[in-house]
Amino acid sequence: METGQLVAALAAGVQSERVLFREQDTAPYECDGLTMYKAKPKVVVLPETRDEVCHVLRTCKSLGVPVVARGAGTGLSGGALPHVDGVLLVMSKFSKILEIDEDARIARVEPGVRNLAISEAVSHLDLYYAPDPSSQIACSIGGNIAENSGGVHCLKYGLTVHNVLSVTIALDDGSIVTVGSDALDSPGYDLLALTIGSEGLLAVVLEITVRLLPKPEEMRVVMAAFDDVTKAGDSVGNIIAAGIIPAGLEMMDGPAVAAVEDFVKAGYPLDAEAMLLCEVDGTKAEVADELGRVEAILKESGATMLRIASNEEERLLFWKGRKSAFPAVGRISPDYYCMDGTIPRKHLSLVLRRMREMSERYGLRCANVFHAGDGNLHPLILFDANNPAEVKRAEGFGAEILELSVEVGGTITGEHGVGVEKINEMCVQFSSDELAQFHSMKAAFDPTGILNPGKAVPTLSRCAEFGKMHIHHGQMPHPELERF
Amino acid sequence: MPLVDTLCERLTAREPVAVIGGNTKSFLAGRLTDEPVSMRDHAGIVNYEPTELVLTAKSGTTLHEIESCLRDARQMLPFEPPRLGESSTIGGVMASGLSGPRRMHLGSARDCVLGVRLINGLGQHLKFGGEVMKNVAGYDLSRVSVGAFGTLGVLTEISVKVLPIPEKEQTQKLECSQAEALETLIRIGRRPYPVSAASWINQALYIRLSGAASGVESAAAEIGGEVLNAADQFWSELRDISAQEFKSPGRWLWRISVAPSTPTDALDAFCFDWAGGQRWITAPPNDYSPFERASRLGGHAICFDRHRGVGTGMQPLEPEILRLNRRVKEAMDPHGLINRGRLLEEATHANESC
Repeated sequence: METGQLVAALAAGVQSERVLFREQDTAPYECDGLTMYKAKPKVVVLPETRDEVCHVLRTCKSLGVPVVARGAGTGLSGGALPHVDGVLLVMSKFSKILEIDEDARIARVEPGVRNLAISEAVSHLDLYYAPDPSSQIACSIGGNIAENSGGVHCLKYGLTVHNVLSVTIALDDGSIVTVGSDALDSPGYDLLALTIGSEGLLAVVLEITVRLLPKPEEMRVVMAAFDDVTKAGDSVGNIIAAGIIPAGLEMMDGPAVAAVEDFVKAGYPLDAEAMLLCEVDGTKAEVADELGRVEAILKESGATMLRIASNEEERLLFWKGRKSAFPAVGRISPDYYCMDGTIPRKHLSLVLRRMREMSERYGLRCANVFHAGDGNLHPLILFDANNPAEVKRAEGFGAEILELSVEVGGTITGEHGVGVEKINEMCVQFSSDELAQFHSMKAAFDPTGILNPGKAVPTLSRCAEFGKMHIHHGQMPHPELERF
Repeated sequence: MPLVDTLCERLTAREPVAVIGGNTKSFLAGRLTDEPVSMRDHAGIVNYEPTELVLTAKSGTTLHEIESCLRDARQMLPFEPPRLGESSTIGGVMASGLSGPRRMHLGSARDCVLGVRLINGLGQHLKFGGEVMKNVAGYDLSRVSVGAFGTLGVLTEISVKVLPIPEKEQTQKLECSQAEALETLIRIGRRPYPVSAASWINQALYIRLSGAASGVESAAAEIGGEVLNAADQFWSELRDISAQEFKSPGRWLWRISVAPSTPTDALDAFCFDWAGGQRWITAPPNDYSPFERASRLGGHAICFDRHRGVGTGMQPLEPEILRLNRRVKEAMDPHGLINRGRLLEEATHANESC
């Protein structure tokens, strides 16, 4: 379809200065947080009203034009990568906090509101919004819905899906519906759970009601150094076995610690093979109690050094180091590629050992950041994007890590989403029947497939081409398809 | 032939299939059209490692077996599912999606499910989610199958998040009216107390505190009231909907789900749980007005009476939501073969009775 024709159709319902199609105007939107993949959208639309969103959807549906919704563009799996023949629906102008109900402890917000802005807006009420992805200063709540974002505190406080009461969504045909409610559950099927984490393939999010929690009276963090990664991993199991669910439980390996310390000067132990941050929160009495127990367990587990942040400033500094891990690694390498597998924690040392072997084999360095409490591993593969051979090797390395995650009983993505990045690995994690089930669920919402096509769920022929189909009961699925 | 294979075969041959677990919740969400098969023989704990905080069991495993296994490792199902009978299975627990008092603090059955295996309407045995806390690969079909009463697929295996049993639990009893109870909870809800349940019944508010002993004691001192003796029995009876107050001869029991801060005068509840989010009322037989009353408050109602004659007893859905529900059902069970008569089927019928 001609660009001019599409622009004219869109401009019939959206102010024309917010319909961008010249190359210099669309170029800033060519990628999200995963910069390895770039594509220029045919048209970028920045709607300001629900009517405008619905107009875009109706227009695109009638013309068969793909629509990719985008929040703040911080996603790490290419979920908001534009479609070259499609419209990029940028939701950043939906940036209002519509209502804060302190008695009900809920906030009603538009999708373009930044994650951290919600907590900031209710901070004076001693409330906050719990999920805190590391990008929370920039990422939008609409994007969090699309990806079911987690954060460093999700072992205790849950993911996005556990902290959202309802979402109002626009469907492919421009109709608007609210799933979920202010009650804790809703009649019929759990469409809210289906919407959250659907990566923009089922609907466009227009409004979100989130739960707010009372701020803990006190938060204390302890830092522990280990001379052995296995010991650090075991200490996590020991804390949980003692009946303690810390608010945050994060691990970094030696290379990650070195990169962060050089960048942030957080006082991290440079001689450690692994470092753990364990945060406990609650009332003063609870925190004092748990902190003592955590300290004892870490010592017994072989920690070579223990430090409790002595004040709030130091606590924030300890966390700043962890939350700056990605940019810190960005300083020591022209580019890095962040993986997101989740593994049963007991396999941590096996997985780390296998990754060291891969690192040697691919000739690429790797630093590890680990949401240790919930098993979500973020290996950062260091490479140079200007070197095509290194890019290929980085992709191969990453894919192998994800396959290893599946092999040990985990998943290819814990919180970043599949997007375009891990679409091939979906063929490893799911059988063709399972993928077909996902496709029919997609069709239930979006029968013509205009919403974010080509993402999240691979076609069966793509899997056949990829050549790594999930083998179910020793049989190749779809034997009728040609293989390469 | 193993039960799962038989069910797959029947569905592949386009035969209708009806399944139940321990048959303890058959009075909920409509009556099955077809003769049901029990999943009870498809039982056993498949994997449980306490330090991973995950338990995986075949759907016919009894809730009793799972809870005693967890108790041995000082762990628990976080959502305290109602035990409506000895034969209750984990499959039935998830299919009904019911949660007990701890739901307000640690989340619901749906919140705690990590993965399922199910047989869809095409007779395919599929696996969604997994055994890890964080997993965003593919649509969240495990959570969607919770509360679906088996209509989206026959649940065959379930992985669920488990948590440690708190070191200490203590319940404070504060005598007050229902309205005062709600005001107190709104105030308490703004403080970071380790509240794990909050219910009002018989002119008293009961607040359960759970966690480290010191934290429980300091919060109890600030909240006030008297310490309840025999608190375990109190919470068990509330959890299992078995307290005397729930038995009201000649009247039907209804569960109303509303925003917790909904004023108490809007509903004549004899009991609330979840800090006001789950309210229990009774109504004369064949009076379906609770649907309308709940809906006006932005909530929904479920009829819990075993003698209800018509309808599914579930809140009729708004047209747009009903349309999406039907499409989701079609996506999972295109020929409409599984658990006919349950959940959606008679929604319109119940509506007419209003």
